[in-house]
Amino acid sequence: MIEFQSVNKWYGSLHVLRGINLRIEKGEVVVVCGPSGSGKSTLIRCINRLEPIQSGEILIDGKRLSDPSLDLTALRAEIGFVFQQFNLYPHLSAMENIVLAPMKARKISRPEAEEIATRLLERVGIPDKAASYPANLSGGQQQRVAIARALAMQPKIMLFDEPTSALDPEMINEVLEVMSDLAGEGMTMAVVTHEMGFARRVAHRILFMDEGQIIEEGSPQTFFENPSSPRTKQFLSKILSH
Amino acid sequence: MDFTVVAKNIDFLILQGLLGFGNFVGGTFRLAIPAIVLGFILGIFIGLARLARTPWIRIPAMVYVEFFRGVPLVMVIFWFWFIIPLLLRVPLPEYGVALTAFVVFEAAYLGEIVRAGIQSVARGQAEAAMSTGLTPAQTMGYVILPQALRNMIPALVTQFIVLFKDTSLASIIGYVDLTKAAEIVNNREIRPFELYLFIAVVYWLCTYSMSRYARYLERRLTPG
Repeated sequence: MIEFQSVNKWYGSLHVLRGINLRIEKGEVVVVCGPSGSGKSTLIRCINRLEPIQSGEILIDGKRLSDPSLDLTALRAEIGFVFQQFNLYPHLSAMENIVLAPMKARKISRPEAEEIATRLLERVGIPDKAASYPANLSGGQQQRVAIARALAMQPKIMLFDEPTSALDPEMINEVLEVMSDLAGEGMTMAVVTHEMGFARRVAHRILFMDEGQIIEEGSPQTFFENPSSPRTKQFLSKILSH
Repeated sequence: MDFTVVAKNIDFLILQGLLGFGNFVGGTFRLAIPAIVLGFILGIFIGLARLARTPWIRIPAMVYVEFFRGVPLVMVIFWFWFIIPLLLRVPLPEYGVALTAFVVFEAAYLGEIVRAGIQSVARGQAEAAMSTGLTPAQTMGYVILPQALRNMIPALVTQFIVLFKDTSLASIIGYVDLTKAAEIVNNREIRPFELYLFIAVVYWLCTYSMSRYARYLERRLTPG
């Protein structure tokens, strides 16, 4: 479903992705972890071309991202993206945040879009917040609205870029629960996160990145219990020690 | 002090000078309101052009802004008054000259306000909108501009107030605005203190209502 073929990316002279090869299958949940600056956010931001790449190729459902005739807008409509900072539209209510793209990009009528949005708000556990503005929602509620907004386009793939890193500890679980449910329903997901409990329970495969490369890749069991690279062991000992 | 001079000439001062109804070409409102509306529309295009990725859109817009911000308004008015008719070989009416000069000049300032306003909206907003499948134009129209416009209100209104007061400069080409009307009356009556105090109050009342309305608008557009 998602394929990276020797992808390289530079920010100026900084080589942030070094020859990445990766396949994510339909229905697979892949967690990407690694120290900050390792390129993990960049990696998933390349999937819907929020970041351009300088060499190599990324294919989504067999479509090349570098193809000049590619309809990028249509492709992005199929890929949900959830940001660390939520990025809800502050001038719109939760309901309006969710219905905007279905109405404008998919030309769905307002009543129909609102019906979808109401169902999604129920699904993420905040049916009573439809009329609230982002400023009046907690971080965890905002992130759940953001997930509902992405789901409203009925995407085939969901990408999460450190979805819980900006949240207070007591709100992390409410977001992770929504994500676990989604994974349980068979959504194809790529998740950048430091939540190792989530990775262990939900991921089919864990990637460990360092300095722009994927240096470890495996099932949660092998990843946590029998990592091959010393760099991975060092990382795990740091984050699992307490 | 004898304000009967104002009462006696109130029709001329207000109808001719402020509103533009009378025997002369003039009117502060008749110049300021279209200049604000048209200047703002042109300013939005210039602000967007300043942010364009293509250099041959961005650079001309930048040159335009830098140029018109760097020359005095009076000079721009004189140009349109003296030079354009020479080039086109047709005489231009005072109103057309004054309005064009103001729109062209103010659009440079308003364009910069629009650019800064758009840039004040966090980049994540555009990323979020485009990630949900909105086109760049829809992203600008539904997500970026509504937030940018709200952030721009204080700077915009300041510029509108400056423009409103600057319309008094149109009197140098014979446009009978409020200032020119007071001058005409004063030449006949020699009551400078009363007349210029009166128009000061009129200008102030107009600009103060503009800033009050701006404050109301800003509050109303604050979400939540």
